[in-house]
Amino acid sequence: MKEFKNFTMNFGPQHPAAHGVLRLVLQMDGEVIKDADPHIGLLHRGTEKLAESKPYNQSIGYMDRLDYVSMMCNEHAYVLAIEKLLQLEVPERAKYIRVMFDEITRILNHLLWLGAHALDIGAMSVFLYSFREREDLMDCYEAVSGTRMHATYYRPGGVVRDLPSKMPKYEKSDIRNNAELEKLNYNREGSLLDFLEDFVSRFPDCINEYENLLTDNRIWKQRTVGIGIVDPDRAIQLGFTGPMLRGSGVAWDLRKKQPYEVYDQLKFDIPIGRTGDSYDRYLVRIEELKQSNKIIHQCVDWLKNNNGPVMIDDGKVAPPNKDNMKDEMESLIHHFKLFTEGFCTPEGQVYSAVEAPKGEFGIYIISDGANKPYRLKIRAPGFPHLAALNEMARNHMLSDVVTIIGTQDIVFGEIDR
Amino acid sequence: MIDKTKKMIKSLFLVEIVKGLSITGKKLFKKPITVQYPEEKTPQSSRFRGLHALRRYPNGEERCIGCKLCEAVCPALAISIDTEMRSDGTRRTKKYDIDLFKCVYCGFCEEACPVDAIVETKIFEFHFEDRNEKVINKNDLLKIGDLYEREELKDRKNLG
Ligand code: SF4
Ligand code: SF4
Repeated sequence: MKEFKNFTMNFGPQHPAAHGVLRLVLQMDGEVIKDADPHIGLLHRGTEKLAESKPYNQSIGYMDRLDYVSMMCNEHAYVLAIEKLLQLEVPERAKYIRVMFDEITRILNHLLWLGAHALDIGAMSVFLYSFREREDLMDCYEAVSGTRMHATYYRPGGVVRDLPSKMPKYEKSDIRNNAELEKLNYNREGSLLDFLEDFVSRFPDCINEYENLLTDNRIWKQRTVGIGIVDPDRAIQLGFTGPMLRGSGVAWDLRKKQPYEVYDQLKFDIPIGRTGDSYDRYLVRIEELKQSNKIIHQCVDWLKNNNGPVMIDDGKVAPPNKDNMKDEMESLIHHFKLFTEGFCTPEGQVYSAVEAPKGEFGIYIISDGANKPYRLKIRAPGFPHLAALNEMARNHMLSDVVTIIGTQDIVFGEIDR
Repeated sequence: MIDKTKKMIKSLFLVEIVKGLSITGKKLFKKPITVQYPEEKTPQSSRFRGLHALRRYPNGEERCIGCKLCEAVCPALAISIDTEMRSDGTRRTKKYDIDLFKCVYCGFCEEACPVDAIVETKIFEFHFEDRNEKVINKNDLLKIGDLYEREELKDRKNLG
């Protein structure tokens, strides 16, 4: 009799559902997966080593490029680590701005996740709708930092500039008359905060729209319920964080458990799942969208009523005002010193973590007293998640791998770093 | 019991599918949110960080004094500068090259420049026809600066 063997199949690295450059080597028994072996490293850029070769501030831009869907959260962990080393006290307004943008980032990330996940499983419209909302938030990114994605906006000691008092507007063109233009610009008359306030009031309806399309949909349920179940104990053992852990029913969120910045003064809840399958994680993330929306609202209110500096006033760490620099000797010296040598940190080691949209994003720095880290380690949430892929995918069908990759919310920038 | 019947009716009449279809159906008759790109553009912030330019003073003298701060601060090592003493005794750059493939458009050079010479304009639609064109030199940069000085001044006022 002929002997049947498992069939080996490559999934990716150029597969559109592989979310970047994941290469999966699958052992298939018919259409059932017996073993899934993720191969990583195709997007390795040596960020950790790169950061060890540059003054502290110059690596902020590289942090954006780790998890390129939650840019500012990565920066946040990095600047928090430096601030811990230097023991800086950040101005209150900067803290609120950071929290606000962290939550904007969370919405950005979850919207991309939702759209891509739904697209992978076969629902096209959600992708289009979620990108419509992403566009508004991207505009906020651009308004504060000057780029839509890689912001380089947070600095040790605060943020680089205060929020703009004007939003950019659509310009006149031949194919749109004034009435239409006014309609397009209706929420851009005021400042960034006004724009965000309008967004916050619109967004719950948008979430309803996504939910109407997916939550009860039988196809969506058939594709996600019972797929990739992880029970709570195992999730903890595997080092899961973020929605992956909360989807399994463990109420763990760094924003609550070790509040950083001003999270302890804000009101929000953390949702948890029950069964730990893909559907629960979907529900958790949808609820997180709503909670983030709430947090942004509170931050907007606070920021509207409170002014103040957004950067610490310490010439050793923060660049001096450019106008001062032109007539003050000391500012000039600080300016030149900062932009060439940067600042030195005291010897020691720190770990700081933020609740990034995907989980706990941490930065571990060992400093030997120089102007650059002696060693920098990035704790990317996606890495342990991907490591559990084999376990989650085993004995599922081939098409479920797509669901599982989607539900893990994998981004290769941070896994390969 | 009532719950069960409700559920059955719901699933029999495809309630959730109809709900979803009504959303997408409604969108069918809405105006699209996309813009006709080359004719009209999406709003662009005055802080936008696009293609670089070197500025001049109003009297036509180039601003850059060759202090190399931008070269030092550039995380991508995209800028390379050589300086010389000009005949009138001032220090100017002999060579000012930016490798646009290396550049990560972080804006640090603009922040670092003490005389506001190097700036990042709002130009984002540029292309190269030859690989060597990715390195733009001082002349190109000054030319871009001359062309966009007016907009640059406007943007500087609008930064806040
Ligand atoms: S924008 Fe950043 S990467 Fe580009 S030249 Fe300036 S400092 Fe270098
Ligand atoms: S562009 Fe500015 S920072 Fe760079 S060398 Fe010239 S003056 Fe110095």
